[in-house]
Amino acid sequence: MTQTLTQNQFESAPDLSYKPFHARNIRSRALTFLVAFFAFIAVIPLILVLGYILVQGSSKISLALLTQLPPPPGLEEGGIGNAIIGTLVVTAVAALIAVPVGVGGGVFLAEYSRSGWFAQFIRFGTNVLAGVPSIIAGVFIYGTIVTSRILFGSAYSAVAGGMALAVLMLPTVIKTTDEGLKLVPEDLRRAALGVGASRFVTVLRITLPAALTPIATGVVLGIARAAGETAPLIFTALFSQFWSDVLTPDGIFNSIATLSVLIYNFAIEPYEFHNELAWAASFVLVVLILALNLFSRWLAGVAAK
Amino acid sequence: MTTLTASQTSENQNAVSALSLQNVTISYGNSEAVKNVYCEIPRGKVTALIGPSGCGKSTVLRSLNRMNDLIDGCSLKGSILFGGIDLYGAKIDPVEVRRRIGMVFQQPNPFPKSIYENIAFGARINGYSGDFDELVERSLRQAAVWDECKDKLNESGYSLSGGQQQRLCIARTIAIQPEIILMDEPCSALDPISTLKIEETMHELKKSFTIVIVTHNMQQAVRVSDMTAFFNAEAVEGGTGKVGYLVEFNDTEKIFNAPQQQATLDYVSGRFG
Amino acid sequence: MSDPDSRYLLRSRTPAEKLVDISFRYIAIAMASVVAIVLFSILLVVFLGSLDSMARYGWQFLVTSDWNPVDDQYGAGAAIYGTLITSLLALIIAVPMGVGAAIFITENIIPRQIRNVIGLMVELLAAIPSVVLGVWAIFVMEPFIRPGLELLYELFYWFPLFSTPPMGPGTIPAVLILVVMILPIITAISRDCLNQVPTELRQAAYGVGTTRWGAIINVILPAAISGIIGGVMLALGRAMGETMAVTMIIGNSNNFNVSLLAPGNTIAAMLANQFGEADGSQVSSLMYAAFVLIVLTLCVNIFARWIVKRLSLKY
Ligand SMILES: Nc1ncnc2c1ncn2[C@@H]1O[C@H](COP(=O)(O)OP(=O)(O)O)[C@@H](O)[C@H]1O
Ligand SMILES: [Mg+2]
Repeated sequence: MTQTLTQNQFESAPDLSYKPFHARNIRSRALTFLVAFFAFIAVIPLILVLGYILVQGSSKISLALLTQLPPPPGLEEGGIGNAIIGTLVVTAVAALIAVPVGVGGGVFLAEYSRSGWFAQFIRFGTNVLAGVPSIIAGVFIYGTIVTSRILFGSAYSAVAGGMALAVLMLPTVIKTTDEGLKLVPEDLRRAALGVGASRFVTVLRITLPAALTPIATGVVLGIARAAGETAPLIFTALFSQFWSDVLTPDGIFNSIATLSVLIYNFAIEPYEFHNELAWAASFVLVVLILALNLFSRWLAGVAAK
Repeated sequence: MTTLTASQTSENQNAVSALSLQNVTISYGNSEAVKNVYCEIPRGKVTALIGPSGCGKSTVLRSLNRMNDLIDGCSLKGSILFGGIDLYGAKIDPVEVRRRIGMVFQQPNPFPKSIYENIAFGARINGYSGDFDELVERSLRQAAVWDECKDKLNESGYSLSGGQQQRLCIARTIAIQPEIILMDEPCSALDPISTLKIEETMHELKKSFTIVIVTHNMQQAVRVSDMTAFFNAEAVEGGTGKVGYLVEFNDTEKIFNAPQQQATLDYVSGRFG
Repeated sequence: MSDPDSRYLLRSRTPAEKLVDISFRYIAIAMASVVAIVLFSILLVVFLGSLDSMARYGWQFLVTSDWNPVDDQYGAGAAIYGTLITSLLALIIAVPMGVGAAIFITENIIPRQIRNVIGLMVELLAAIPSVVLGVWAIFVMEPFIRPGLELLYELFYWFPLFSTPPMGPGTIPAVLILVVMILPIITAISRDCLNQVPTELRQAAYGVGTTRWGAIINVILPAAISGIIGGVMLALGRAMGETMAVTMIIGNSNNFNVSLLAPGNTIAAMLANQFGEADGSQVSSLMYAAFVLIVLTLCVNIFARWIVKRLSLKY
C-alpha cells in the first residue's frame, strides 16, 4: 500500500456517484422511512385528541356552561362553573405548599450542601418521590389526613386535595430549583461573598434572582401537571355538586368539585348530557394546561436571551 | 523513497493535483465564510493551510470531504474536483467521498469502543476483507502508536493519553486507506512531545498519502509541509462579519522566505494585526 | 469621610443579622427534609395500613385473583398481572416507535423547523392530562378499533390471548392508551440523549465513511444507550402507576382472564375504583395492593438510575 503513488491513481476516474440500489443505501432509505413513520405515529394522537376536544368541547362552551352548577343525573341544563373554581383553588393550595418547600429544599441542595451525604440522600429521595404513582399520593393523604380528620375535623376537603397534589409537585420544584441554581456561575456567588454578604443575602439577592426564570419555568410546568391530575383527588377532594365558598374556611375544608374529577365522573355515566359536560370540561382543562405549558416555554425562551 | 523524489522534481504541479478548488465560496446561512478560492492541491505532498483564526481554514478543509454537509445551513458554490470529478456534483454520494478522503479532527475523538475496534470499524464498513489483526497492527505502526497500544488492544480508546488518542485517530483514518488525509489542527490540543511524534508520523505518511493540514503554528507548517496556502479575512462593505479568502498559495519555502503579498509577509513574520 | 471610625461601622454584623443567616440555613435543611419525611410517611402509612391483610393472606395475596368484598376474600393476582402485562406490552410497542421518532427529529433528516414542530407536539402530548385521554379512549379510540379487535378474535379465537369476544373496555385498549401516554416520554428522553452525543463523535463516524444509519447504529445509539434505557425504565414506572386513562378503559374486572380482549384490571385502577367506598378489611387489602405497586415502581425507578450509572461508566 505504500507504493500507491507510483501508479496514477486517476487513470480511470473514481466512481463517487450515489448508487441508489447499493445494499447500504437501500437499507438506509428503508430505515429513514421507518423512523419518519414512527415520528408521524407519535404526533397523530396529539392531533386526534386535540381535534376531538376542540370539536366536541368548544361547540358546547357557553357562558351558562362556564357559570352554572352541574345538573343532577338526567337533567339537561347546567355547567361546570364550580369545577373550574375548584381546580383553581386546589391547584393554588398545592402551589402554596409545594413552591416554598420545594424552593427551600432546592436552595439547600444547591447552595449549602452540593455533595454531602444528606444532600445526596435528599436528591435520591426526590427522584424516588418523582416516580411514585399519583394514585399513591391520594392513598397517602387519604390515610393520614382524610381518615384522621386532622384538619379541623374535616374529612374530604380542598386542602386535602391540594396536599395530595403538593406531594406530586414537590420533586419537580426541588429539581428545577436545584438545577437552576447550579447554572448560576460560581463567580457571582464568590463576588457576593467576597464583599462580605452573608449566605442568606447572597442567596436571596444574588443567586435566586439570577436563577429566577429556570425556576419559574419549572414551577409553571409543575402547576400545569398538577392541574390535570385526577387520581390523587378522587378520594381526597372528592366532588361536590355545589358551589364552594372558597374564601371561607368552610369552603376549603369541605369536599370540592374539580374539572378532572368531573371529567372522570361524568364520562363514565350513562347520561349523554353528562358526557357532553365531560367533553366541555376536557376542553377547558386542556386549554388551561396547554396555555401554562406554552407560557413556561415562553419563559424559558426569555431566559435563553 | 524513489517515488517521492520523482514527484518532488516534477515541474508541473497541476498535472498531479489531488484536489482542485475552483472559485469556491462557502456560506453559513446567508453569511459568506470564505470566498472565491482557487487552489490546486498537489498529490503526494503535504499542503498546509495557515492564517489567522476565523479566516475559514477549517471551513475549507471540511468542504474537501463534504463534512460541511453535516452542518445545518452550510452551502458551497463553485466546484471541487477530485480526479476530475466535481465532489459537489448532483449524483455524488458524500459517503463515497469520505471513504476516499479521510479526516483527522482537532480534538482527538476515538469511538467509545476498544482500540482494536476503533481501527477495525472503519475498515469493516468500507468492506475490508483482509486480515483484521494485521490491518490493526499495520495501521497502529504507521501512526507510531503500536508500542503503546499493543498490550491493550481490547481496552477502551479513552484509556490512552490525548496524544496517543490522536494517533489512534490517525491510525483509524489510515486503516480505511484513503487517497487523501485531511487534518484540522491535529496537534492543537496536544503537548509538545506528542506534537513532535505526530509530525514525525506525518513525514512517514506523506510517502503514501496526500495530506492537507490546517495549522495555526507556522513552525509546524514549515516543518511538515511542502506547499502552503495563506488565508486571511477581511471585512466586506455592508456585511456584518469578516469573509475569508486565499491570499497566496505557493511552495512553503517561498511563502515563508519570499512571499509575494505584503499580508503574507506581515503574517509569517509575526507582524500581524 | 469626616469621622474615620464611621467607615468601619458596617464591619461587625448585628446579632439579628447573624440569627437570620443561621436560621435560614436550618429552614432550608428543614424544607429539604420534607422530601424524606413525605417519602417515609408514604411507605409507613401504606405498610401499616396493609399489615392486617398481609397477616391474613401473606404471599397468597400476590398470586390468587379472588377479589370478593362480599365474602371478604381478597387476592390481587389479577391486578398485579394486569399491571405488568399492560405496561410491558405498552413498552414493547412504544420503545421502537419512541426511539425511532427521536432519531427522526435529531438526525438532520428533515429541515430544522419541521423537527422543532414535531418535538413541540410530542411535548404537548405529554402535557395532556390522563383523564382527558381516558375520555378520548372511551368515546373515540375504542369504537374506532373495535372492528379490528373483532377481526382479531375471529381469526385467532383459538389462541388463548385472543380467546374472548371484544366487548368495549379491555386490556388491549388500555395498552394502546398507555402507548399514547409513554410514547412522548420515551421520545423526549431519547431525543435529549441523542442530542447530547458529542459532535466530535458524529464527525468521527462520518469521517471514516459511514452512511447516516451506519453512524446512528454503530456510534450514536451506543453512545446514548444508557440514557435511553434509563428513560425507558422511567416510562415503565409511569406506565405501571398510570391510573385514570387505564381505569376508564380497562373494564375493571376483578376476575383473572388471560385473554387480552377481555376486561382486565391494574393495581392503580383498582385503587381508583374502590378506595373511596371501601372499609374494613377491603381497605387493608387495597393498601396491600398499593404497597405492591410502590415496591414495583420503586424497583423500576432505582434500577433505571443504577443502569444509567453503570452503563455510562463503561467507557
Ligand atoms: N458551524 C458553523 N456555523 C456557522 N458559522 C460558522 C460555523 N463554523 C464556522 N463558522 C464561521 O465561519 C468562519 C470561519 O470559521 P472557521 O472555518 O472555523 O475558521 P478557522 O478554522 O480558520 O479558525 C467564522 O467566521 C465562523 O464564525
Ligand atoms: Mg479551525
